[in-house]
Amino acid sequence: MVLRMPGLSRRAFGAFGAVAGSGLLLPRTLRAQEEPVRGGTLRFLVDPEPTGLVPLSDTTGANVMLSCKITEGLYGYNLDFSLRPQLAVSHTVTPDGKELTFKLREGVKWHDGQPFTSADVAFSLMTLKASHPRGRATYANLEEVQTPDEHTVVLKMKAPAPYLLNALAGQESPIVPKHIYDGSDVTTNPHNHAPIGTGPFKFKEWQRGSHMIFERNEDYWDAGKPYLDRIIVRFIPDAAARSIAFETGEVDVGGDYPIPYSDLERLSQIPTLGIETRGYGYGPNISAIEFNLDNPYFAKPEVRQAVAHAVNKEILLQNVYYGFGEVATGPIHQAHTQFYTPDVHQYAFDPERANQLLDQAGLPRNDEGIRFAVSHDPLPIGNQHIQSGEYIRQALAQVGIQVTLRNQDMATYIKRVYADRDFDFVNNTMTNSPDPTLGVQRFYWSKNFKPGVPFSNGSHYENAEVDRLLEAAQVEQDPARRVQLFHDFQKIVAVDIPTLNTIAIQTFTIHSVNLKNHTLTADGIHANLAEAYLVS
Amino acid sequence: MSLRLLPVFVRALVRSLPTVVIIVVFNFFLLNMAPGDAADVLAAESGAATAETMAATRARLGLDLPLLDQFLNYVSGLAHLDLGFSAKFGVPVLEVILGRLPNTLLLMVTALVFALLVGIGAGFLMALRAGSLLDRAISVIALFFYSIPSFWGALMLIVIFSVQLGWLPSSGYQTIGFEGSGLELALDMARYLVLPALSLSLFFIAIYARLTRASMLEVYGQDYVRTAVAKGLPPGRIALRHVLRNALVPVTTVAGIHFGILLGGAIVTETVFAWPGLGSLALQAVLARDFAVLLGILLLSSVLVIVINIATDLLHAWLDPRVEVS
Repeated sequence: MVLRMPGLSRRAFGAFGAVAGSGLLLPRTLRAQEEPVRGGTLRFLVDPEPTGLVPLSDTTGANVMLSCKITEGLYGYNLDFSLRPQLAVSHTVTPDGKELTFKLREGVKWHDGQPFTSADVAFSLMTLKASHPRGRATYANLEEVQTPDEHTVVLKMKAPAPYLLNALAGQESPIVPKHIYDGSDVTTNPHNHAPIGTGPFKFKEWQRGSHMIFERNEDYWDAGKPYLDRIIVRFIPDAAARSIAFETGEVDVGGDYPIPYSDLERLSQIPTLGIETRGYGYGPNISAIEFNLDNPYFAKPEVRQAVAHAVNKEILLQNVYYGFGEVATGPIHQAHTQFYTPDVHQYAFDPERANQLLDQAGLPRNDEGIRFAVSHDPLPIGNQHIQSGEYIRQALAQVGIQVTLRNQDMATYIKRVYADRDFDFVNNTMTNSPDPTLGVQRFYWSKNFKPGVPFSNGSHYENAEVDRLLEAAQVEQDPARRVQLFHDFQKIVAVDIPTLNTIAIQTFTIHSVNLKNHTLTADGIHANLAEAYLVS
Repeated sequence: MSLRLLPVFVRALVRSLPTVVIIVVFNFFLLNMAPGDAADVLAAESGAATAETMAATRARLGLDLPLLDQFLNYVSGLAHLDLGFSAKFGVPVLEVILGRLPNTLLLMVTALVFALLVGIGAGFLMALRAGSLLDRAISVIALFFYSIPSFWGALMLIVIFSVQLGWLPSSGYQTIGFEGSGLELALDMARYLVLPALSLSLFFIAIYARLTRASMLEVYGQDYVRTAVAKGLPPGRIALRHVLRNALVPVTTVAGIHFGILLGGAIVTETVFAWPGLGSLALQAVLARDFAVLLGILLLSSVLVIVINIATDLLHAWLDPRVEVS
């Protein structure tokens, strides 16, 4: 994948990030143009308007995108996933993996002036375990959080949880003030809409339907930061209007593909705009065709393998995703370099082979050349799933499978697929999350077949060996052995294909070339933007 | 005159009460027939959920109760002027709606006034010069305004005035964080108002122009106009006082009805221009299955439409004293 990134030098960028990230003063030898500039207002675009600003119990996309500016986590993650101290400065793990001790940063204050202490961390982690949609899994083995002193927390685990250290970013495990939340219902606490955090920006106002304003936190623990005075968050519901807002310079930055792929070519020609593809490793997305294994046709492995041979993923990549990504080979995204393996069974584009497999499955063509008819439901987010669905219909018609497309809105889709299970096969996008145990296991683990729960094991896949591997990886302490378990898992799933993973999507950020240092971590503009600055 | 109209006004209000009740009942059950609920959407937007978190969300929003109980809860809330709690925004519905109402009214009233002024003006010119080149030219333009889809018209206005000319902002309702007040603030907001109001009014300009033209030509054929001409009144005075005034009755009738249509059109316009009004709120509410908000909007708009219709009746009585107001 080749991308033009006008006005942006990766090398200079990385060098500055490393220096700034270590918390040292800037060496005077750096060129003047790389000196951060204090001041300025960043205009940040999100869509849709968030439902709240603290992802404790509500982790909708825009909420997660914005929260870290105000509410921080224990750690950040550099682009190579190495840890970046935030509210925690260091940690130790006992050899049996059942005790994690974190040293907390001293001298940190909440935006209301109260001191930040270990009690806040203990409260936040136990709340995440009780109320966070993924926290229930992440902190399943967490038994108790001890606070021996104001700046130390000890996590007592029932069993090791090696994935936990990957889930401590502010967007996944926000640390919230105990004195604000204690004794209240965390799902309805009014401060979810007017948060008090420790982050570089303070919440100022939220004009519903229009904008939010975050002001610079003058007492931020990382003295001298943030560089920006203020962040204005804009909500623009219409996709074409969003592209225009970038074009006219009314907004400076937006992430998670804020505009349709089809507008990218036009916007990439504009010299004042840059496209950034880094900063999405923390939660990469995979596009996939998910089969309902309770359907009599798709229950047959030959049929699923035939579909795998009949669909040309390269066509999807080039025409639907405009080349933004790679062809997926299995359930784990290429961006998760530690866990990904390409060494799995591959299905070349080969309609002949697909026809053979369907014949073997005992599904001959009738007089009209049709073997069987099924319905297909694209996920109603963006138009890429509908376009994928249209291609899948064409591709499968070539091998005698008649596909009817059904379009619906989100609520209808979720009810149809996960509650009513009234579907044959779908194409959707699955978020890998920071660790496969948290983001991938849920789709393939037989114990996560939970009708009614969105993005659970929707295909109803059951394989005892896969269950064993996934459960072993949950507690495996040795990193190399854990990786091996995930490699074995990917091999089995590639043969069974309950889900045909099609595209490892490369998400992108669009930004004004005047905005610097927006992407320094694995979660890019989801992070706190303490070091971002604007040049004129 | 006010004495003559007051009982009419009260009677009309009382007559509209059953309508409001029917709207509440009908909307509630119709909306609940849509598949999926707010908990589904919240979980879907979160990208993950557990059976426990979904059950908790449903319990918090009262979605786990039987439909009839939900309805009774809603009605008893309404009786206390409590429109319920928004699942999407996490605040009371009334707060969400009242925050958006002034913006929508500003947009709609501006658009309607503009459409009436331009539309009646254009229709007046067309009627005076019926059959001329001017008449035909305006006719073609009106037909164009009438037939373009509103979202396309809105985007074209943005492309011309924001992207190409750079005169006006493409979205929003004021410069965020604008420090001025009074005239400065009004001017700032006016810059943001021009494009959405223009885009919303195009369709109505076309209608009022055609209607005024047709209606005036009809009045010109009346006996009293011939009398006015015969007694030597100047043509301008005839056109304005005798023809236009009488021709306005059908235009105002239609404009009253249009208030409801305008509210519907605002959904598209507000969405394209990111105008924080009731229209864009309605769309957000549908997609989020936030029925409490949607019911609130529907109730409020039905009340608005009823009030406007009554006001239109009264306006008729004033324009044409012959109109029976009973």
